Amino acid sequence: MLDKTGIAKRIAQELRDGWYVNLGIGIPTLVANYVPDGMQVEFQSENGILGMGPFPFEGDEDPDLINAGKQTVTLKAGAAIFDSSMSFAMIRGQHIQLTVLGAMEVSHNGDIANWKIPGKMVKGMGGAMDLVASANNIIVAMMHTDKAGNSKLLPHCQLPLTGVSCVKKVVTNLAVLDIENGSFILRERAPGVSVEEIVKATAGQLIVPDVVPEMKL
Amino acid sequence: MNKVFANADEAIFDIPDNATLMVGGFGLCGIPENCITAMVKKGIKGLTCISNNAGVDNFGLGLLLQNRQIIKMISSYVGENEEFERQMLSGELEVDLIPQGSLAERCRAGGAGIPAFYTPAGYGTEIAYGKEVKIFNGKPHILESALQADFALVKAWKGDTLGNLVFKATARNFNEVMAMAGKITIVEVEELVQPGELDPNFIHVPGIFVQRIFQGVNYEKRIEQRTVRPNPTPN
Repeated sequence: MLDKTGIAKRIAQELRDGWYVNLGIGIPTLVANYVPDGMQVEFQSENGILGMGPFPFEGDEDPDLINAGKQTVTLKAGAAIFDSSMSFAMIRGQHIQLTVLGAMEVSHNGDIANWKIPGKMVKGMGGAMDLVASANNIIVAMMHTDKAGNSKLLPHCQLPLTGVSCVKKVVTNLAVLDIENGSFILRERAPGVSVEEIVKATAGQLIVPDVVPEMKL
Repeated sequence: MNKVFANADEAIFDIPDNATLMVGGFGLCGIPENCITAMVKKGIKGLTCISNNAGVDNFGLGLLLQNRQIIKMISSYVGENEEFERQMLSGELEVDLIPQGSLAERCRAGGAGIPAFYTPAGYGTEIAYGKEVKIFNGKPHILESALQADFALVKAWKGDTLGNLVFKATARNFNEVMAMAGKITIVEVEELVQPGELDPNFIHVPGIFVQRIFQGVNYEKRIEQRTVRPNPTPN
């Protein structure tokens, strides 16, 4: 079974040289720590950065320089700053090659819910609805089940949707799954996790190929 | 033409109760601290605020929320503010949550004479209820309308007395489009300079969008999430 770092490491294997990538808050942010050596990937932050760098050294924090998670960050050489409408022009205009975000629920036709629990938690969608409506390549990073053990990979999302038929790949603490033609397809198992455990933890339609290799991290 | 005001109290002198305001910033980054303080002091009530976020409990727009001066928020993300969440869930505060890109573009459109536009963001979700849907290139889009405000409150890094503005780093965020969409745009700057001191090639907002400008004071610039890495150990 993977921890959050493991999920981020596995997603980092999906990066390709020259890509512009938007990482959501939480596990997705960790992906930036595992860019393969020699690969150039530029991170976009929707509050207005292209070429976001690592966290600043202690004492170098600049309150005027934050990422979309409101964390203090730095700029890489060659970074660009822009306003919010320009930022979403990049996103809606499909100039971003990969979007990674967290979710509360994903359905087997690629619907995603991650912004609201009616009557309980309403933080808002932020940029997530713009991102999922526009991106061609969306990976969801999340735990396979909630804290009570209920599957987060469902036939239909129960929570208010963020976007419809948009998620193409899900990386969880248990597995890598693609979403194609209304089904989850089990592509890889996390180290030490059996196919049976994944089947049990997946409520939506799941196709299990004859061979399901273990992830290589 | 005189756009220069002495301070925030004078610049906001005619904002009435029940006004619709745009307030720049992303989280606590690039917010008009002086204008918010002046509005708290003046006690203007019944405000509708269009702002990406709602501040935190005791800073930014959170100060106006604590005082019950805001009756409606139009935002994209309002986490990190318990008082906000309490007022929203209890129904005291009306909240219109809209996708961040749609918020930015609706402000831009409001300032640019575009009454409405189609966007894919939010199609198939509850924010599309009641909105026209149209297919372009085989993909459904929803019609979103432009936003305008009686007053836009903007924070810039430098500005000249004609209202030309330059922002610093990510404090730019929504300030640029909101400056465009305010019927009266009030700007506070860290450094107010004379015409000619800013390079015309690097102006972010041309002065035509700005009606009032003043030299701000005592910026706190609170950091919401201080994240650092350890300093390299000297050897």
